[in-house]
Amino acid sequence: MRKRRKKQELTGLLFVLPSLVGVLAFVLAPFADVIRRSFASAITEEWVGLKNYQDVLVNNAFRLACWNTFRFSVICLPALLGISLLIGVLLQEKTRAGEAIKTAFLFPMAIPVASVVLVWRTLFEKQGLLNGIWNGLGLSPVEWMDSPTAFWVLVGSYLWKNLGYDIVLWMAGLSGISSAIYEAARIDGAGEWTIFRRITLPCLLPTLFTVSVLSILNSFKVFREAYLVAGDYPHRSMYLLQHLFNNWFRDLSFDRMAAGAVLVCLVILCLIGIMRRGFDKE
Amino acid sequence: MKLSQLITMALLGALAVLVCSPVAFLLSGALMDGGELRQHLGPVLMDSQKAFADWSLLPNHPSLRPAVELLLDSPEFFHMFWNSVGITVGILAGQLLVGAPAAWGFARYHFPLRGPLFTLYLILMLMPFQVTMLSSFLALERMGINDTLGAVILPSAFSTFPVFIMYRFFRGIPGPIIESALLDAQGPLQVFWYIGVPLGSPGIVSAMVLGFLESWNLIEQPMAFLKNKTLWPLSLYLPNIGLENAGPAFAGAVVTLIPAFLVFLSGRDYLEQGIVASAVKE
Repeated sequence: MRKRRKKQELTGLLFVLPSLVGVLAFVLAPFADVIRRSFASAITEEWVGLKNYQDVLVNNAFRLACWNTFRFSVICLPALLGISLLIGVLLQEKTRAGEAIKTAFLFPMAIPVASVVLVWRTLFEKQGLLNGIWNGLGLSPVEWMDSPTAFWVLVGSYLWKNLGYDIVLWMAGLSGISSAIYEAARIDGAGEWTIFRRITLPCLLPTLFTVSVLSILNSFKVFREAYLVAGDYPHRSMYLLQHLFNNWFRDLSFDRMAAGAVLVCLVILCLIGIMRRGFDKE
Repeated sequence: MKLSQLITMALLGALAVLVCSPVAFLLSGALMDGGELRQHLGPVLMDSQKAFADWSLLPNHPSLRPAVELLLDSPEFFHMFWNSVGITVGILAGQLLVGAPAAWGFARYHFPLRGPLFTLYLILMLMPFQVTMLSSFLALERMGINDTLGAVILPSAFSTFPVFIMYRFFRGIPGPIIESALLDAQGPLQVFWYIGVPLGSPGIVSAMVLGFLESWNLIEQPMAFLKNKTLWPLSLYLPNIGLENAGPAFAGAVVTLIPAFLVFLSGRDYLEQGIVASAVKE
């Protein structure tokens, strides 16, 4: 019996092994090297203690990028979660029109960034389409990509791209709530709003964890639009951590980059941990 | 009640149309000839201070000439298109060959360190590219494959995201089916191949659809790992065509969009299932 179990274990391990070797070779082992480098000088490879971390933390570009990334998440996450939940609830009853609308919201996910960029450029150029409309309304033109509005263009792109994804996640959560609870509440004479607040929202709490984690993950991808529209040095309101990492990479400042990578990794680990703990309690 | 529902649906429908409108914009642009495009976009190109770009969704003289010219007369575009195809096929093949067995191992076997390893996979799936950028670069450098398509393909082929998606589906296969197959004296490989793969195929397809949309869109990876521009995929090359070459730019944007659109249409249901499966619940 024990021998059979041993064999079982070995088989399982063999299935996982090819993937594990790859993860070790491409991620884990080199990341250990990055941690070592974060404590060393880039040129002489000598031990420098926390100097790289100090350099990074006092770096103005790093602070700006952190602040922008933070501001971006704090504004985008609640907006995205709220709007997608609202649409998800409204589309809850399965109708053909509802299905079509859901698909339409999902579609931006499939539109390659490279194609979208062309649209964004024509829209937001100084003499572009949006300013044309603005002008028609009697408003003075705005430098969309060259002023603090650039940040809001980024927020808009993120919402546009991720609404569908989150709607699908919410709707999966919604369909998991048994209709018996709803019926019981209706028989007791509860109004739609009460039902939403007292039944739907509490039941969706586990989904909230999922949706927020994945939305944060996807928020890192907004860099693609930002980079392709505005290049290496965009307006300072949309200078994100990803721009900074890219610029470090190009300048070969691997010591700072290593320290930065370790810091970002720690922040994300904390985020996952906090969110997990917070939702486990419920 | 009925009327209010109708109004909500109409509003949502309008929003859905707005969300998809960039595609209409790209399509109409791709069908215009060079003269008409210049007419519309002239103000942007000349940077005149008074006039603004305008647009019409119905081209005056629809023509496929820019598209045909791009496809037949610019070897560059053709080359980049095949780079994109190569990268995407390579990544998907890797994720399938390595990821599916790993997902099966995690879903169906117990072995030492299974729990911690799986948590590690989950965390890696949530790490943004910027965290692993330097470590991947160093690993690829050591292997001497930077500046080859392999540098973009390999790290993504070992991504843990598809493992997680497929895992969720393999978990859903009822245990008795597998136990009875084992009683029929089938080896573990046969069980995986004849039972796991067919019954878990929705999960495999979901992972592939999500993987396709991601690999077709790669920006950061080729930018960091490919110095040689002839290796660039479309997603990186296309944004370099400026508005002064609006004809090829629009045609290119639409040609890039088509494969993603087809995958989206045919894999819509799997895409939704995959999104739901990406939900981090354990």
